[in-house]
Amino acid sequence: MLEEIRTTEQDDLVINVGPQHPSTHGVLHLVITLNGETIKKVEPHLGYVHRSIEKMCESLTYRQFILTTSRMDYLSAHINNHCCVLCVEKGLQLDVPPRAQVIRILMDELTRIASHVLWWGAFAMDLGAITPFFHAFREREVINDIMEETCGTRLTMNYMMPGGVMYDLHPNFQKRVHEFIKLFKSKLPEYHELVTNNVIFQERTKGVGMLSYEDAISYGCSGPAARGSGVSSDIRKLYPYEIYNQLQFEECLEYGCDSFARYQVRMNEMMQSLSIVEQLIDNIPEGDIQAKTKAVIKLPKGEFYSRVESARGEFGVYIVSEGGTTPYRIKFRSPGFSNLSALDQMARGQKIGDLVAMMGSLDLVIPDIDR
Amino acid sequence: MFLKDYCKEVLGAVQSLLTGMKRTGYYFTHHKEIITQQYPDNKDTLVLPERFRGEVIMPHNEMNEHRCTGCTACELACPNGTIKVITKFDITPEGKKKKAVDKLVYHLEMCTLCNLCVSSCPSDAIKMEQTFEHSVYDRKLLTKVLNKPGSKIMEGIE
Repeated sequence: MLEEIRTTEQDDLVINVGPQHPSTHGVLHLVITLNGETIKKVEPHLGYVHRSIEKMCESLTYRQFILTTSRMDYLSAHINNHCCVLCVEKGLQLDVPPRAQVIRILMDELTRIASHVLWWGAFAMDLGAITPFFHAFREREVINDIMEETCGTRLTMNYMMPGGVMYDLHPNFQKRVHEFIKLFKSKLPEYHELVTNNVIFQERTKGVGMLSYEDAISYGCSGPAARGSGVSSDIRKLYPYEIYNQLQFEECLEYGCDSFARYQVRMNEMMQSLSIVEQLIDNIPEGDIQAKTKAVIKLPKGEFYSRVESARGEFGVYIVSEGGTTPYRIKFRSPGFSNLSALDQMARGQKIGDLVAMMGSLDLVIPDIDR
Repeated sequence: MFLKDYCKEVLGAVQSLLTGMKRTGYYFTHHKEIITQQYPDNKDTLVLPERFRGEVIMPHNEMNEHRCTGCTACELACPNGTIKVITKFDITPEGKKKKAVDKLVYHLEMCTLCNLCVSSCPSDAIKMEQTFEHSVYDRKLLTKVLNKPGSKIMEGIE
């Protein structure tokens, strides 16, 4: 990977993109070494939104630490929370009631759609199209309203609890989700009309940000960033959790290795998530929403790891327990961090104008990278 | 052959742009599709879902009685020290000492609205209110005492 020595020569120009830059979607600081217009090197500088969440979790109990993960990848808060409760349940060896499992998957997939829809709008906005952003927010608003009705909040839900979920579904939930499925199916062709088939968009993304199959694996990419290079990395398929192994869905793989391939993976994933929601929404089993847990949760001594497929890739929670009420050490494996590390490989030798297209196609959420 | 392909590409490009412009033109002429809400003009008609988390309150009945026993379960459940329960000892008619809540101090400025205090309360004494406009000029105003002055515990709550 580092065959050529990339030193800064006298004629090279070093510029900073960010930390306050509209296309970085947060406080990402990239130091770019340029030779004319060609990128020689991209160095991400992190730490602007570091809140030491991992250290903070060491003083929180196993019920309390879940809410901090909503503040990491705030666009897929449900999925992050899901991973935490899976890890705690693994330690407690709890059996979650089937109704709670189905509710969790429904929420996960709705979150995934909401996250991808927002990414679609933001990606188009990065490339200079403002209108798609408003179209994206129109559909996302419907999902947010559904979440608000059932979970109580729109973004940082904290709805999952060890053993189940916090509340039962709202009586309107099924009706609202049916309405959303109908709406989204009618609106998705618009997305393709406006952006996917647009010639300017295609010219700007095809062949831009090439990440080969080997590089995607060696940089530890996951999620759509890896699947755009043909790497099979869907945790829902490879290491199924909850009842994903009983559901019918496909892993979306593209072999283009460029920004457009990653775009298509996400567009196809939205349809797959929608089909999962369709399969489950009329088949929610009756029963409890929470398994019985003790008032104070104590994990047995040992190490526990669980992983889920978040909207951006593999999200993992690693807990080391000493048998007490709080974890001895917590490590979060966030998908954005590994995906960002591949940006240097993608951008090398490309033009600076394409950097935003590469960055957008990785779907970076900075608080997730920094934590 | 080259010229044919070139013309095809150009025509395809123009067509793709026109398709997008048609969609934009559709929304330009169809105002019913606009879903923007005019806040705060719609304040009177704005309905928030009953589970919406705005702030923690303690409901009192018309006799100025609440359901809080002062057990500090909410204080222990809170991840960021938002709730502080100050307890006192009441003397019951039988002459026994009984633990009761003196002040339930709630710091809205520290609250993340995670709902853990509400779900941990054994006697349903606190709940989430749907208010959401919390901005004030002095941050001291965000520190609230949830039980009203002179209030006491309802009959039959242990």
